[in-house]
Amino acid sequence: MAGVAVSTTINGDAVEYLCQPDETLLDVLRDRLGLTGAKEGCGTGDCGACSVIVDGRLVCSCLVLGAEAEGRKIETIEGMAHGDQLHPLQQKFLEHAALQCGICTPGFLIAAKDLLEKNPSPTEEEIRFGLAGNLCRCTGYDKIVRAVQDAAQVMKGA
Amino acid sequence: MHERDGHYKQTLYNGRSDYDHQGETMRYIRPLSIEDAVGELAKAVGPAAILAGGSDLLVRMKGGFIEPELIVDIKRISGLADITQTADGFRIGAAVPCAVLGENKALRKAWPGVVEAANLIGSKQVQGRCTITGNLCNASPAADSVPALVAAGAKAVIAGPSGRRTIAVEAVPTGPGRTSLAKGEIIEAILLDKRPEHAGDAYLRFIPRTEMDIAVVSAGVNLTLDEKGAIKTARVALGAAAPTVLLVEEAGQVLIGSKLDEATLERLAKICAGACRPIDDKRGTIEFRRKVAGVLARRAAETAYKRAGGK
Repeated sequence: MAGVAVSTTINGDAVEYLCQPDETLLDVLRDRLGLTGAKEGCGTGDCGACSVIVDGRLVCSCLVLGAEAEGRKIETIEGMAHGDQLHPLQQKFLEHAALQCGICTPGFLIAAKDLLEKNPSPTEEEIRFGLAGNLCRCTGYDKIVRAVQDAAQVMKGA
Repeated sequence: MHERDGHYKQTLYNGRSDYDHQGETMRYIRPLSIEDAVGELAKAVGPAAILAGGSDLLVRMKGGFIEPELIVDIKRISGLADITQTADGFRIGAAVPCAVLGENKALRKAWPGVVEAANLIGSKQVQGRCTITGNLCNASPAADSVPALVAAGAKAVIAGPSGRRTIAVEAVPTGPGRTSLAKGEIIEAILLDKRPEHAGDAYLRFIPRTEMDIAVVSAGVNLTLDEKGAIKTARVALGAAAPTVLLVEEAGQVLIGSKLDEATLERLAKICAGACRPIDDKRGTIEFRRKVAGVLARRAAETAYKRAGGK
């Protein structure tokens, strides 16, 4: 197969792959690299289920071409926990039952991580605005907001 | 909606072999110089697309609205990913994401209206990718950053096969989805003037929710004041009110010399309502858009006036 050869870094590991020029980063992650944490909800940048961080910027991986990842640093949900040690956000999502079906959860966790790294003490309004690019059809959002607030407290104390 | 979904499934799930085959007719390049990018676009035989943030392009590709044979990714071209402050003002590279505009203190201070408009586009995720140049070239009448740029008197620097030219941003879109750019031309930067003292701008849009939506109608206002607080220059632009963003010169004229007294604001609202040539659709009727255009212009003028130091 002809394709675009890409060298990139994913969760700290050097990764190389071949992809088609019109293939999205989301498809590369899921179908070529077996990183199925990022989910495809809408495929058009509306739902945030495919959120990843590219060079420190939160993006929808469905709106990035796989070819664009050349030389970038990508963070996905698979890199969030350290071995068995969950990230405080993951822990608090469990404690607050901030998920039901779970499809939106990896995107919410990545977006919340990005939010707290840029703003460690967000107000409730800032959390709601900051996570407005992530849609959840189960929880009604309230439990997610509480979990992020609680995680922010824990992370500040750490 | 159904048709769009159908196509999307076809391109994505028809089995990897079809998908790979389709990809082979497409070429992705990442030139390092504007000359190379222009050269490739100029000699392209089939449909070609410029990729910066991709927040419009990839959605249109996925929906089957465009099937480019060539994608020119301009993000690695030197200077296109930077905001530079020059003696004349600001130069915003075509590949600078809107989030970066919001993080630039000097730009935010000088042109708060332009920055607030750019930061209204999409979610955090989209902000990390979308650009004001892309917003301009997508040529939607409802583009949020464009009325603010038009009010600001922003200019577009265009590189093309026959050299460079600089035009007013309002001369770029010619209708929904259409621009005045010729084959091989790329907007490489947007220029904003250096601000004199006592200057302010503002942008407001109406949407039925609190964020993550497309303007039903919008207004951008840019003012400079004299030492006594009277308006010296004024530009007013309306979005989603006509096939392209409208520069309403008469609305600017009526503000000049005033300190935004009630009678002037009334006249501003009336002129803006009259200048609209909106469509009637599910998001807003003609009557509603006309009325709200006037209200938003008024409120944006008041904010711009305050930002300029007027009382």
